[in-house]
Amino acid sequence: MKFDLRAAARMLQFDERADRVVPPTGFTARLTLFSAFAMSFLAVFALALSLAAGRVADRWGNELAQASTLRISAPAGEVATQTEAALRVLRTTPGIVDARALTPEEQRDLLIPWLGADLPIDDLPLPQLIDILETDTGYDAAGLRLRLAAEAPAAVLDDHARWRRPLIDAASRLRLLGWASILLIATATAAMVTLAANAALAANAQVIAVLRLVGAKDTYIASAFVRRFALRALTGAAFGTLTGIIALVLVPSGNDTAGVLTDLSIQGIGWVWVILIPPLSGLVAFVATRYAARRVLEELA
Amino acid sequence: MIELENVAYSYGGGELLTDMTLNVAPGSFHFLTGPSGSGKTTFLKLCYGALQATAGHVRLFDRDVRGLSRDDVAILRRKIGVVHQDCQFLDHLPVTENVALPLAVSGQEPDAADANLRELLAWVGLSARANALPPELSGGERQRAALARAVIMSPDVILADEPTGNIDWEMSQRLLTLLVELNRMGKTILIATHDLGLIRAAKAQVQTRVLRISNRRLQMAGADL
Repeated sequence: MKFDLRAAARMLQFDERADRVVPPTGFTARLTLFSAFAMSFLAVFALALSLAAGRVADRWGNELAQASTLRISAPAGEVATQTEAALRVLRTTPGIVDARALTPEEQRDLLIPWLGADLPIDDLPLPQLIDILETDTGYDAAGLRLRLAAEAPAAVLDDHARWRRPLIDAASRLRLLGWASILLIATATAAMVTLAANAALAANAQVIAVLRLVGAKDTYIASAFVRRFALRALTGAAFGTLTGIIALVLVPSGNDTAGVLTDLSIQGIGWVWVILIPPLSGLVAFVATRYAARRVLEELA
Repeated sequence: MIELENVAYSYGGGELLTDMTLNVAPGSFHFLTGPSGSGKTTFLKLCYGALQATAGHVRLFDRDVRGLSRDDVAILRRKIGVVHQDCQFLDHLPVTENVALPLAVSGQEPDAADANLRELLAWVGLSARANALPPELSGGERQRAALARAVIMSPDVILADEPTGNIDWEMSQRLLTLLVELNRMGKTILIATHDLGLIRAAKAQVQTRVLRISNRRLQMAGADL
């Protein structure tokens, strides 16, 4: 099916007289309005989910991508010696910008969320942690492990890759799932509108016969139906989107512990996508009704 | 104007019309008669491009219908006014808008047409019923409204399918007077009817040619008509 942009534009031109030739379509018009409302409401949530997942994936990726941790698990008397040895190795390793042993206070702060503030940390045999900051290109983890095994055998290198990758993968898949949902929602909207338009066109076979009798072109007949359904979808989608935004605002925020579920908000460029939902729904309805009209007019010819 | 050359039309495996040849000259007045089910309506539909002949050639205004797109046929149809027995109106629109429908679909400005429209409604005697909805009209009023709609574009040809089928004798004479008047203005008229009284009444007023469909073929009617 060739797409004629000029013909499509003519179809959208407001023509009160042409619109009046189609009798009120009652049920099918309400079905289109409701479908567009419900689908746009769901699209706002799918979009918010996708954007939130994207933010989480980016944040985890950025925060952890250039950091590693070295753990010294040695008997109490050897911790200081092995820490010094490990730091010497790290500071001479290409790809490492900085390496710093955490203070007991910093180690305590890391444990407080899990074990509480009144923890007697001095009585616990805690390993010494060394924070490593990498360059953009990173370091050779395998080579570093070999050197550490020789000079600080109690050191265990954790480059975060083991647990960072699945988390980022999960967030990325969640983002993809959100976009797939939006695509499915658009397809379902198109199917609903096509069904409604088909029903309206079939119910108005007599109107189509009269219009043809007096010399109406197919474009004229189709336009009257297409405009009506596209406008209904646009209206329904505008209300659905607005309701979705209000519902999102009412979702409690997770503040700085925010994850995907507690950060379902629209931010920055995300608003552009939200604003695009009603016109895109109108466009989907336009294409679907145009397709239905062509098919029915062909059948009735 | 309308030419049929060896035209046949088949539907559902059976041939409804066969070997039909006719040349409808400008300004002529034709009647098409024949028993119910003989194919009069099908013949008229071939004459305004609503059906495509399965054999032979139909030429409207020197253009072969077979090679035309649906949009081209729609444009040609604006030169042909059609009056159906069941009239076929848009029941949700008042008489004025129904009558002006051919103007609307051809993109003509409604303001320019308003004076003509009032004149036309007065000519068919429907000025007082201009704002009525089609279901509120009597049979005769519907036929006159259909005639007004058929002529609003000032077509060259007017085709009427059993225009007096649902109306009484007096009303059918009124309608015939309007059709005769149009013919005297130079319009070509082709009426499909089995109302022999209408044909006789027309012959008394204007020169007519009467055709008959018999055994799927087109024939000249006998002298009894």
